Amino acid sequence: MIKTSDLVFRTMRIDHLPHIWCPGCGNGILMRDVAAAIDNLKLRQEKVVIVSGIGCSSRAAGYLDFNTIHTTHGRAIPFATGIKLASPELEVIVITGDGDCTAIGGNHLIHAARRNIEITVIVFNNNIYGMTGGQYSPTTPAGEWGTTAPYGNIDRQFDIPQLAADAGASYTARGTAYHTQQTIKAIQDGIAHPGFSLIDCYSPCPTYYGRKNKKGSAVDMMKYQRDHGVPAEQYAKLSDEEKTDKFIVGKLSQNEYPGYTQLYQQLIERSQERSQKKVYL
Amino acid sequence: MLCGNYEKGLMEKILVLNPDWCKGCGICAAFCPKDALEMIQGKVSLKENNQCILCGLCEQRCPDYAIFVSDSGK
Repeated sequence: MIKTSDLVFRTMRIDHLPHIWCPGCGNGILMRDVAAAIDNLKLRQEKVVIVSGIGCSSRAAGYLDFNTIHTTHGRAIPFATGIKLASPELEVIVITGDGDCTAIGGNHLIHAARRNIEITVIVFNNNIYGMTGGQYSPTTPAGEWGTTAPYGNIDRQFDIPQLAADAGASYTARGTAYHTQQTIKAIQDGIAHPGFSLIDCYSPCPTYYGRKNKKGSAVDMMKYQRDHGVPAEQYAKLSDEEKTDKFIVGKLSQNEYPGYTQLYQQLIERSQERSQKKVYL
Repeated sequence: MLCGNYEKGLMEKILVLNPDWCKGCGICAAFCPKDALEMIQGKVSLKENNQCILCGLCEQRCPDYAIFVSDSGK
């Protein structure tokens, strides 16, 4: 008999476990957070669609026991947009990585945010391209190292929730592998939110990012998240100097823009009315 | 693995370890509030003096789902 918790048994394909992620990789913790959020919301298995692109993070679609689709590199959001437009009653959740979401799929991210389509994007942000061997990604901080930045990276990093919010996303939040309770709540709120929601989740990558930048073991990287992640209320009280190495965990922004499938349905109804009028004239 | 509350009959919960899935990252042991876990030969195990309070923080932070608190006692 396979020994596993009720949550994992209910929400994951246990014949595919244990997963192939490295020892100490945060993706396993974040995948459990996604499963717990779906479980807490009591969504029916056949109503949930998990869409993923390519990369370490995107392996999650193979392990979660819902309707899952593993798509091409960077194109998870276009696939999800198509699914949501065709069947608006489905709950579409995109699991993607930092490179997949902001480099290869950067355009798709900003345009999905602009349309404010009712999908939830969960970014497993490990600050590097882990699967292909540690190339620097758009979220690798300036001054750090990657296999393609042997003299140090000079690019500035993307703040993914800020990027999405400025492009029009109506819910953004940040989670980490350490702050599981806050991350589960952020994902739950993101799924329940009627609009485009993005949750940027920091995931420690001890194998490539950690080793290349001398960040220590997985435990040390999790301790960094514990010491530097603060709730929004506490962050507001900090001085500018203290803010430089701290980041907010939890909700970052929320707006009430109309959702895209809602507007699309209204358009269908309007055009149907017009065509019916023409027939009877 | 029977823990404190179980013996007192307060809660029928137990801590279950699955060494087959454990990859030995040590996250559970590092963040255990009671310091009840240790790593032996790259696998998680409960320390001799059973300090576990069944808080379930190890379950939340285990990337490999190899440690969990079970209600049913399976």
